[in-house]
Amino acid sequence: MKLFTISGSPHINRKSSVKKIMLMVIISLLPAMFVSVYYFGISAIRVSLIAIASAVFFEWIIQKLFFKGTKSIGDLSAVVTGLLLAFNLPSNLQWWIVVIGSFVAIGIAKMSFGGLGKNPFNPALVGRVFLLISFPVQMTTWPKVDVLDFSLVDAETGATPLAIVKEGVKEGLSISEIFDKLPVTFTDMFWGNMGGSLGEVPVLALVIGALFLLGRRVITWHIPFSILATIGIFTGILHGINPDMYAPPLFHVLTGGIILGAFFMATDMATSPMTPKGQIIFGVGIGIITVVIRLWGAYPEGISFAILLMNALVPLINNVSKPKAFGKVKK
Amino acid sequence: MARLKTFRIGGIHPEENKFSAAKPIEVFPIPEKVYVPVTQHLGAPSSLLVKRNDTVKIGTLLAKADAFISANVHSPVSGTVEKIDEIIDASGYRKANIVIKVEGNEWEDGIDNSSAIIKECNLSAKEITDILKEKGIVGMGGATFPSHIKYMIPEGKDVDYLIINAVECEPYLTSDHAIMLEKTEEILIGIDILKKASGAKKALVGIENNKLDAIAKMQEVAKSFKDIEIQPLRVKYPQGAEKQLIRALTKREVPSGKLPIEVGCVVNNVGTALASYEAVQKNKPLIERVVTVTGKAVKNPSNLLVRIGTPVKELIDHVGGLPEDTGKVISGGPMMGKAISNLDVPVTKGTSGVLMMTKAESKRKKPLNCIRCAKCVSVCPMGLEPYLLQQLVDSERWEDAELNRIMDCIECGSCQFICPSKRELLDYIRVGKARVGAIIRSRAKR
Amino acid sequence: MGTIIIYSVIALAVIGFISAVILYFVSQKFKVIEDPKIDIIADLLPAANCGGCGYAGCRSFAETIVRQGNMDNLFCPVGGNDLVKLISPVLGVEAVEREPQIAVVRCNGTKANAPSKAIYDSAMSCAFANTLFAGETGCPNGCLGCGDCVAACKFDAMYMDKETGLPVIISDNCVACGACVTACPRSIIELRNKGKRDRRIYVSCVNKEKGAIARRNCSVACIGCGKCVKACPFDAITLENNLAYIDYEKCKLCRKCVEVCPTDAIIELNFPPRRVKEETAVVEEN
Repeated sequence: MKLFTISGSPHINRKSSVKKIMLMVIISLLPAMFVSVYYFGISAIRVSLIAIASAVFFEWIIQKLFFKGTKSIGDLSAVVTGLLLAFNLPSNLQWWIVVIGSFVAIGIAKMSFGGLGKNPFNPALVGRVFLLISFPVQMTTWPKVDVLDFSLVDAETGATPLAIVKEGVKEGLSISEIFDKLPVTFTDMFWGNMGGSLGEVPVLALVIGALFLLGRRVITWHIPFSILATIGIFTGILHGINPDMYAPPLFHVLTGGIILGAFFMATDMATSPMTPKGQIIFGVGIGIITVVIRLWGAYPEGISFAILLMNALVPLINNVSKPKAFGKVKK
Repeated sequence: MARLKTFRIGGIHPEENKFSAAKPIEVFPIPEKVYVPVTQHLGAPSSLLVKRNDTVKIGTLLAKADAFISANVHSPVSGTVEKIDEIIDASGYRKANIVIKVEGNEWEDGIDNSSAIIKECNLSAKEITDILKEKGIVGMGGATFPSHIKYMIPEGKDVDYLIINAVECEPYLTSDHAIMLEKTEEILIGIDILKKASGAKKALVGIENNKLDAIAKMQEVAKSFKDIEIQPLRVKYPQGAEKQLIRALTKREVPSGKLPIEVGCVVNNVGTALASYEAVQKNKPLIERVVTVTGKAVKNPSNLLVRIGTPVKELIDHVGGLPEDTGKVISGGPMMGKAISNLDVPVTKGTSGVLMMTKAESKRKKPLNCIRCAKCVSVCPMGLEPYLLQQLVDSERWEDAELNRIMDCIECGSCQFICPSKRELLDYIRVGKARVGAIIRSRAKR
Repeated sequence: MGTIIIYSVIALAVIGFISAVILYFVSQKFKVIEDPKIDIIADLLPAANCGGCGYAGCRSFAETIVRQGNMDNLFCPVGGNDLVKLISPVLGVEAVEREPQIAVVRCNGTKANAPSKAIYDSAMSCAFANTLFAGETGCPNGCLGCGDCVAACKFDAMYMDKETGLPVIISDNCVACGACVTACPRSIIELRNKGKRDRRIYVSCVNKEKGAIARRNCSVACIGCGKCVKACPFDAITLENNLAYIDYEKCKLCRKCVEVCPTDAIIELNFPPRRVKEETAVVEEN
């Protein structure tokens, strides 16, 4: 006798999967990858490969040792985490520091909470922040941009524009004086011709990738838009009040990995709120915290900390930003 | 062109796959034996009136509605009652069925079996409602709610709109589309009658914009009727859900836990309008309906006019046999239909389609972790959070599930359709609805 | 350097003292006078919080015991009679022993006995499968095999047998808390007396359909023939809705019903292999 399958409705599924979503994120990061290879040379590939390989390895070994049941190694999420971590590291970082970063990202931030989707904090950012605090010197020594130099050793190092401005303000110089000394122009920043982490630099390429993700509806506009708008408005007001103390908004948006953070890190599905309303609250919070850390905190850039802090608030945001109910009975 | 109307929140766009859309209605030959379920509607079971070896004609009352929410069942064929057997129906359980051996083609007196169209109707609302009850008319969209109850308008309520659901938002199904093309005038007379029964000022017919020919034809014929408006709607599932359709057509939102009458609407399916026409004008009880028999591997997807009680197997044989590769057979559409385990299941008043799915389509993928992508939240037409409800049901937090309005779920399946992790959201929500419903009922009793 | 340490010590000491004073007054003000017996009994209870006693947890059970002042109609299935003996002196009442019980799965619709008529492919939840259809076996009362009972068991006393598709109870671990009984949407599992030397006889079927239909689905279904009712010398078996039921209070474990059952629906557990049956079989042949 022919046996039929019995299951509950619906009987059809949309042709999408976690793997496809992850693949699209990887594709969207590729243009930025090319640009950073163009500027930082082969070492950008080196850091990325180490980060991805170690992330995938840690995910596999932890699942093998501690997880029963479903294995999620095939869904490419570890590759995304590794790639995003690499985008947050300077290209001349020692290989073992990268591996430690991967371990913290996958082992502590992701798998210890139960794997994909259960992590409250963005794994790549936890890895980065862990390294930033543990290895402050190595993490803030960026190689000078050297177009299409494929040698493995980067001799010269330099600071990011954001760090230069921060130091300058501390020394009591006015913004315009600092800008005169700044080695890069706004156009350079836009193309990515400045010092920084792999993914901090190629602003244009990241925007192209982000547009792809928006077009494929992997991410929505709410989080990135609210982050950028908040940072723009907040720094704009401050710049308007005292142009000597505070840099212009465009400078803030183009530097310090804001684009990477707003489009790729903050929009991480597992660690962002569920409703558009909540996502806007989340984005505004990130924007404000970022600017506060940048201008009055110890670190020159603040988006990593801002995203992690807002990650912690996501359950709370979810609670206050319930979707609008159909036919809600007014009491 | 003005933007077409639709409901506000959520919604999905599944592949339409309406293979039988251009097919005319085929009259399916009367089978040798029919299996008429004693209870074919939502509500209290009907009580059996016939016994073994009784002779019945087409239209003879077989089972009678005793309770308030219940419906009569009439014989779809003439012949002898062979036995009352328990066979598995679309619910997956054994239910009492009247097995009738077909002999001849004798109709009960007074049933007009011709195709002549009678337009005049001078009955009062009460008389119409009584006929609907007498002839066993139920909602033919699939929910099979006895229709006459909808027209017993409670004291103090006014009906502004009679809403006719001709949306057919389920993929694959085309039975409503087919009747709109072929029985346009009958349907519109039926709508006119139902409008009278409800006391509504206006009738609104919602048709999705993927059925342009039906919209054109209905609009053309509707010109000769007063206050019937054919309204094209944007294509979006689940527009055929009662509350969503009312929102799309009138911008009114039915309050949570309330019926459409609360916002001055009565909703019926277009198939019900046709059945009402036949009941009121031709004195014909609900004994047949149009069923879409379709599937990706089916040779000849068709719209068949079938007598109630015909085994599904015979319909499948008629359209070219069961494809070799069939893994699942569904009674109804792919979004809300029920999978059936054998092909002896008879067609009932609510069977809108029979869908055969290939093995590859029918196997569910293994569910993975929720990645909190919030797709389910954004597609839920009721503004619920399916991912959260699933978690609450899984951890048996019934009170929290109730607070998160689990009972508002209309089980449209959009959340499970969209989920990239293939999670069984609706399965769990259904379990939760059953449990929370029981808790609410026991609280009401106390 | 020294002054810093001295100041810190003094500051901490002062804060500590003030806090202590506040805490003292608060604890005096909000003191709840509780019967000390509650604590004693709560300590004796197994702290599994399984709900097998019918109360929310072990502590609320202890409160109920103390309020009632005796153990009548109150029983902790986990602690059993040993626990009654421990608690009774605290309350100052005599310990009343209870027959130990165990959960019994009353369905034998294994994959061999009741071949699949469909493939279930949805959430692994009996509660859901029950709303969907009669089950892979086609029996509307039989086991659905999704393991809601196993998930409900807090004592590792159940597992799903992959071969048969039915849950199995590990009698050493089962404490008869009844969690599986409530978890089963079809009321297949029942708590029965454990019996002497773990011996039990029960009808392993809950199908209420007519015999012929029941047999169509499952070769070991109870067909309601009533032979066991006639065979039972102790009036322990009743027949209702085409289904026989053995009252475990009346059953004397004579095994006569097992012999007469035509479908092997009655199961005997932990009995020695019978020699008698072979002899009777020979007699019948003659």
